[in-house]
Amino acid sequence: MTTATIRVYLFKGFERLWHWTQALLIILLGITGFEIHNSYHLFGYQKAVMLHNTLAWALIALIVFAIFWHLTTGEWRQYVPTTERLSAVAHYYAVGIFKNEKHPFKESEASKLNPLQRFTYLGFKILIIPVQVTTGLLYMYYNHWHEWGIFARLDLTALLHTAGAFALISFFIVHVYMTTTGHTPLAHIKAMITGWEEIEAD
Amino acid sequence: MPQRKTLLKQLLIIPVLLVVVVGLLMAKQVQVSRAADASPVALVAAEDNPAQQGDDEVSHSTADHTKFEVLQQPFETVQDVTNACLSCHTEAADQVMHTIHWTWEKHVPDTDQTLGKKDIINNFCISIQSNEPRCTSCHAGYGWKDKTFDFTVQQNVDCLVCHDTTGTYKKFPTAAGLPVYEPTEFNGKMFNPPDLNEVAQNVGHSSRNNCGACHFYGGGGDGVKHGDLDSSLKVPDKSLDVHMSPDGANFQCSDCHTANSHEIAGSRLRMLSQSDTHYDLPNDDHNRATCESCHGITPHSNPKINDHTDKVACQTCHIPEYARGGVPTKMEWYWKDAGQFNDDGSIKSTVDEQGFPNYNTLKGSFVDEVNVKPEYYWFNGVIRYTLATDKIDDTKPVEINPIDGSYDDPNARIYPFKVHRGNQPYDPVNKTLVIPHLFGKDDTAYWKNFDWGKSIQAGMDYAGLPYSGQYDFVDTEMYWPITHMVAPKEDALACDSCHTDKTQSRVGSLEGFYMPARDHNNILDLLGWLAAAGSLLGVVVHSSLRIFGSKKGR
Repeated sequence: MTTATIRVYLFKGFERLWHWTQALLIILLGITGFEIHNSYHLFGYQKAVMLHNTLAWALIALIVFAIFWHLTTGEWRQYVPTTERLSAVAHYYAVGIFKNEKHPFKESEASKLNPLQRFTYLGFKILIIPVQVTTGLLYMYYNHWHEWGIFARLDLTALLHTAGAFALISFFIVHVYMTTTGHTPLAHIKAMITGWEEIEAD
Repeated sequence: MPQRKTLLKQLLIIPVLLVVVVGLLMAKQVQVSRAADASPVALVAAEDNPAQQGDDEVSHSTADHTKFEVLQQPFETVQDVTNACLSCHTEAADQVMHTIHWTWEKHVPDTDQTLGKKDIINNFCISIQSNEPRCTSCHAGYGWKDKTFDFTVQQNVDCLVCHDTTGTYKKFPTAAGLPVYEPTEFNGKMFNPPDLNEVAQNVGHSSRNNCGACHFYGGGGDGVKHGDLDSSLKVPDKSLDVHMSPDGANFQCSDCHTANSHEIAGSRLRMLSQSDTHYDLPNDDHNRATCESCHGITPHSNPKINDHTDKVACQTCHIPEYARGGVPTKMEWYWKDAGQFNDDGSIKSTVDEQGFPNYNTLKGSFVDEVNVKPEYYWFNGVIRYTLATDKIDDTKPVEINPIDGSYDDPNARIYPFKVHRGNQPYDPVNKTLVIPHLFGKDDTAYWKNFDWGKSIQAGMDYAGLPYSGQYDFVDTEMYWPITHMVAPKEDALACDSCHTDKTQSRVGSLEGFYMPARDHNNILDLLGWLAAAGSLLGVVVHSSLRIFGSKKGR
């Protein structure tokens, strides 16, 4: 059975570069971070810390560019949360998908994220990443807290950072799985590589 | 194709981004190397080091002591030599008399305690009181044989023990600080009278040998007491001590333990956990017996390691083990076991499988060790002693010199220690440590009569302290800060010596702070991994249902 599809250019060059660089950096930060957490031994503690800090600065630089891009292109609007068709999308992933129902949301250049994605990615951008960056920087500059007048506790900072890391693990698992829910298992991945999403025609 | 063009344009961002990231990292590196360049250690190395002249062919001194007539006179006694020294160095004896090398006593304002060899109790040979002639063989003076010693007589100051450069001047072990005037044997070793003219005409800066003659043999034998000071430091390999090795900086003790008016920097009774001025060079006030005095507080090229220096003493990482020179140090000493003889009634003296002494009738049983990993504690430099007048709690090991400090104390750092454990006599009624009279040829000395009751009564009477007449043995612990035997930097502890599982970490037992890799919150870890497992399970179930659904749909 073949379905007629139309091609939509959803993800621009910078967006794709940003996505994959961020993915790589976060995966490496996770690998080195959990070694620092003493969950396993891979690089050795010292190397893991060195890598983790370098990767952290690379990610922060990337985030600065991404913020600039989102603001100047107006793409930030893609992440404005909406409840419109939220329950329909949720219902689709909970029930409809097993019955080969059609996805209730159609991506378009103007609105490329379904309401569930909007909520999830917004949470990622305004909650998890800021928590990780803030606690990470606090952690990194622990020695300067006193001179900078920062009153915080290292144990709580570390625990928050760890909690954020665990949240990212769960996000990563579900996020990767969700890429297989396009009209073919690799459709979404292809779109994030080429920028072109194939969407089933009505 | 216009779209391809825009794509190309957007791809240009990649090199731009890379340049920025690399630039940021390089800026960081430059900052680091600048910090490293600023180290004044280079200044020290470049300085001509006068204290090393003992090893040089040419003396840089402006005085040739062989030319002084006063040193050519025939000397009857060692006191005559002192008088000759004082005829030029008029203030020297007075200076020495104000130092702990003479008084063996020091008031420490932090604890308002009067400490020093004269007053403290330790868990080696316990106390000098009533045992003076043996102990005071290391006094920088002559004739301190009992408490009647007059501390004001200048001619009894011993200049030679610190300033002899011939290596022939030796104080006899049991002669209250005097050398011998006739050849005399001690424990199978012959002590010959020194040629006082030869010695007096060859005085100079104190070398490792001068200081080591006493400080390497504390506790009654080579390496016994400190663990980081023993005869292996006379000519150490660089791997044993980078500063003192002739292949390293070839430092003498006095290169760090500098002196003003014979007052020598770096007393253990009140230590500086870290130098408050950090760099003491080049504005040297001759009071620079800390690592930071020369190395500063940020000596590493890696800033992450410098981030540790506020809370971790240099010694903690740079002295991975002590007693590394092959000379064992005493780790445990049980006085309770003393007084057992061989079957034939002779003094029993045995060694363990490594050849280290483990029993002596006079002293009890021991455990000696080499290459020992230190124990680590928060330490702000203040040590409070349990004196013979202090009440003890005999239900647990008595800390003879509990050290002060905690994570929250800004003056405290994690510091390495040798902890010497054992047991020793105490008064179970008065709840005090006791002073036994050990050395002597009288009928109460323990080493002659092996009767603790008489020995303790005599010692306590001598010290003027109350004794109930009953004695028992109590477990004791004593802390010895480790600060010598600084290893080459490649041998310093790695991060994961501490940043690892609590059971493996060298600082696993220290509390009050969070340390990455060592500490976790078990609940958070459990919830985090459960969430990850839950997500994975959800994915598996969901994908199975999809596969099942699509088959059914067909």
